[in-house]
Amino acid sequence: MHYILEILPSLLDGLKLTLGVFFLTLIISLPLGVIVSMAQRSRFFALRWITNIYITIMRGTPLLLQIVFVYYGLSLANITVLPRFEAVVLTFVLNYTAYFAEIFRGGIQAVPAGQYAGARVLGMNKLQTFRYIALPQVIKTVMPSVGNEVINLVKDTSLVYVIGLGDLMRAGTIDVARDVTLIPYLLVGAFYLLLTMIFTVIMRYIEKRLNYYR
Amino acid sequence: MLSIKNLTKSYNGRTIFKDLSFTVAPGEVLTIVGPSGIGKTTFLNILAGLIPADSGSIELDGKELTIDGTRQGSEVGVIFQDFNLFPQYTVTENITLAPRIVAKEKKATYTKTAAELLADLDLTEHQNNYPFELSGGQKQRVAIARALAMKPGVLAYDEPTSGLDEASTERVTSIIQKLQSRNATQLVVTHDLPFAQSLNGKVLDFSKDVER
Repeated sequence: MHYILEILPSLLDGLKLTLGVFFLTLIISLPLGVIVSMAQRSRFFALRWITNIYITIMRGTPLLLQIVFVYYGLSLANITVLPRFEAVVLTFVLNYTAYFAEIFRGGIQAVPAGQYAGARVLGMNKLQTFRYIALPQVIKTVMPSVGNEVINLVKDTSLVYVIGLGDLMRAGTIDVARDVTLIPYLLVGAFYLLLTMIFTVIMRYIEKRLNYYR
Repeated sequence: MLSIKNLTKSYNGRTIFKDLSFTVAPGEVLTIVGPSGIGKTTFLNILAGLIPADSGSIELDGKELTIDGTRQGSEVGVIFQDFNLFPQYTVTENITLAPRIVAKEKKATYTKTAAELLADLDLTEHQNNYPFELSGGQKQRVAIARALAMKPGVLAYDEPTSGLDEASTERVTSIIQKLQSRNATQLVVTHDLPFAQSLNGKVLDFSKDVER
């Protein structure tokens, strides 16, 4: 118990960084995902083409590799040198936006054509139709898949160790190496479990709230 | 007054109808009959502005409506066969949404209109229900109220009796007659002949009266 209290502050510091990456990624990539999913359905071939290449690359390569590329690659290519945290958030946003865009695309396709016809004969324009008719239905449809990604994101944040950011996982690793005990990892595991449980409960609650209609 | 002139539509090299012309005056109900697949719904979708016609014109109350299939407007009130109510909104919200965001009516105006329509169509007790909680006949009355809220120049019903029991069919008949007595211009597409006859209006038989 004494030992746990001793290592807790460093783990909590790591947790702060983990949560920072988590919330920033979620807040930025969810709306971006909506925009990219709309670009996927654009009239302009070039835009659809670029979007598809972007999504293919982001979903087709390991996130770990993407972090390394953004952090070291951008500076090696003399483009820019991003601080570690910014590089990580940028990579996570790029990666998760691609996944969210794909989820939203499926959700948009699930809206029956009749809903668009119904909106048009009432005089609604495309934006109004999207905002008032399609989007609320899309949100309901995609919520379970988004929930899955949220849980994945919690655990994916542990990948930031690769460029030496001090997240929860890395804080635990340091303690394990120093004190030759697995107790810090047990605690780290408990933290991740607690986080995913909390977010699961929140997602369930949102799903339930959206279940007022069928 | 709805006036269709020389409307022609072909699809995949097949002529659905050619030089279709007719008028429907206020207070008149025109019933379009014919077997399934004859092009009744195609005509209705052209009238609604949802799909393009090849040539011809549609005039409503002296105003020409586009026939290129891209129209976005509420001049033609459409009651779809499967209603297309918005599932995430209550009955009242389904009725008030377009007046609120499209016609930009004041809240006092659209709430009053909605209350009148709800009472008129016997929906007041269901005003806070969601579409999934309603029967087919109730959904249809919501669809009628929703269309009427935008004060369309013509009301167009697509197969209004399909999936309805006898009582609901009688009910929609009496609604159409009530609106007729208030001088509405109405057009009904149906393959239900007894229902068509009960409407006592002009009948256009797509299998006989239409050129192809």
